[in-house]
Amino acid sequence: MNDTAKIYEQGEYNFAYLDEQTKRMIRRAILKGIAIPGYQVPFASREMPMPYGWGTGGVQVTASILGEDDCLKMIDQGSDDTTNAVSLRGFFEKTAGVRTTHETAEASVIQTRHRIPEKDLREDQILVFQVPIPEPLRFLEPRETETRKMHALEDYGLMHVKLYEDIAKNGHIATTYAYPVKVNDRYVMDPSPTPKFDNPKIDEMAALQLYGAGREKRIYAIPPYTKVKSLDFEDYPFEVQKFDKPCGLCGAQNVYLDEVILDDKGGRMFVCSDSDFCEERRAAGHVGPMAGNPAAAQISGAQAEELTQ
Amino acid sequence: MDTLTAVNQEPVQITPGFQDPVHEAQACFRAIMNATARPGIRQKISISDLAPPAPLTPTGAAIALTLFDYDTPIWLDKTLMASEAVKAFLRFHTGAPIVSEPVEAAFALVADATHLVPIASFNQGSAEYPDRSTTVILTGQNFKAKQSVTLTGPGVKDTERFETSPLPPVFWDQVISNAKQFPRGVDLIFAGDGEIAALPRSSRISIQEA
Repeated sequence: MNDTAKIYEQGEYNFAYLDEQTKRMIRRAILKGIAIPGYQVPFASREMPMPYGWGTGGVQVTASILGEDDCLKMIDQGSDDTTNAVSLRGFFEKTAGVRTTHETAEASVIQTRHRIPEKDLREDQILVFQVPIPEPLRFLEPRETETRKMHALEDYGLMHVKLYEDIAKNGHIATTYAYPVKVNDRYVMDPSPTPKFDNPKIDEMAALQLYGAGREKRIYAIPPYTKVKSLDFEDYPFEVQKFDKPCGLCGAQNVYLDEVILDDKGGRMFVCSDSDFCEERRAAGHVGPMAGNPAAAQISGAQAEELTQ
Repeated sequence: MDTLTAVNQEPVQITPGFQDPVHEAQACFRAIMNATARPGIRQKISISDLAPPAPLTPTGAAIALTLFDYDTPIWLDKTLMASEAVKAFLRFHTGAPIVSEPVEAAFALVADATHLVPIASFNQGSAEYPDRSTTVILTGQNFKAKQSVTLTGPGVKDTERFETSPLPPVFWDQVISNAKQFPRGVDLIFAGDGEIAALPRSSRISIQEA
C-alpha cells in the first residue's frame, strides 16, 4: 500500500487537504486565469492550516492541481531548505503523499516563494507562485473599485508615473522586485516579489505559470509561450541586476546571488540563491573562489552531511 | 413540480459517476487545464467507465463531473434539454442548476454543435469582471474538417493548426469576433471521444481556406 492509500484509509484528510467542492471552485478560477492572461480572478480563498503570508494562495492552487503521480518541489527564496519550503513540502507529503524532490528537472509541479529556478523549465512543468499583494496598482490606488476600473480601461498611466518618479529621484528605475510586467500586451501584472532578475524568465516561458494570493483571494496565470514585457521607457530600458562576482561556492556567472555573512569580522560571500542549481554544479565539479574557506564550507552542505552522521 | 411528475411517471436509471471522484476529477481537470493553456492541442482525457445517458457523451460527462457544481448554472442545448435522463444525470451528480437563458450560464453543454446558438448570446463577462463569462463545451467533436484555422497568441508556440467538426456554418467568424473583444468573451472546449481541445478567448484566429 502506498502512502497515498494509507492516508486515504485512515480518513484523515481528503487528498491534498482541500475538499472537492473547493478544488472545483479553484480549478474554475485557474481556467479563467489561463484564458485571460494576467487578469486577477477573484476566488473564495479558504482558511488554511497556516497563517497568511506563508503561501496560502500558492498552497490552494497546488492542492487543486496536484495528482498522485506528480512530483513536487518547494522553493523559498530559491532554497529548498528554508523554513517555508520545508513546512509546505511537509504539508503536502502528509496530506497528499506525493513524491517530493529538490531537483528542478525532476519536479512536475514547483511551488515557489519569490524565485524562479535558474534552470529552464519544460512544457510539462507547472510553476506555482505564492503572492502576497496581487494588485500591482494597490500602492498607487488603494480602492479596489478604482483599480478594477483601471484594469478594465487599460489605464496604466499611474504605473508609468511611478517608474518615472523613480528615475527623477534616483536616476534609474529603483524597483528591484515585484517589478510590474505587461502580459500579452493587455494586463499589467505583479509577478509576485521575485527579484526583477527573474522577469526575463517569465517571458515566453515553456511552463505554465499559476499565481495564488490567499489573503487577497486572487488567482492569475500566464500560459506557456506568452509575451510578458517588463514596463520601462525607451530611454530607460528595463535592466536586470548584475553581479560583479561569480557564486562563491560553484562559480556560476549570471545567476541571482544571495549575500551570506560568514563571521563577525566582515566576512561575507555571495552564493547562488537557487540552492539546487548550486548543488548540482558543485556535484559536477564546478568550484567557486570561496569553496576552500572553512566558514563557507560549513554552509555548503558537504560538511553538514558529515555533522549529521 | 412538472419535472418531478415526469420523473415519477418514467423512472430514469441514473448511471454512476466517477468511481474515484478525487483522482479522476483531478486527472480530467489537468487535461482541461493543459488544453486551455495550449490552445488547439488535443489532450487525452480519461473517461474511465462513464456511461451517461445519450446524447450526453462520456467525454462531455467527464468534463461536467469535473467542473460543474451547485455554484455553476448550466445551459443545455435543445437536444440535451429534451432528455430527462441527461438532466437527471447532471442534477444528481453535479447539483448544478439548469437555466434556460444562455446569458445566465457559467457553462453551456452542447450535444448538437451544428445547431449551436450564436456564441454572442452567452455571457461575455464585463470589462471589470471578464471572468464571469460562459464556457461553452461542444461535445461530439471529431477534430477533422475541410476548413482549418491557424491559432496564435498565449499558449501557442509560433502557430498551431486546428480543425474540428461538426460546427455551425458561421462558427469561425463568430469566434474571431469573440476574440476581438478580449478580455471579454467566451471560452470554448471541444470534446471528442476521449480527447479534448480548448480555445480560450485569448487566441487569435485566422481561417485557412481548404
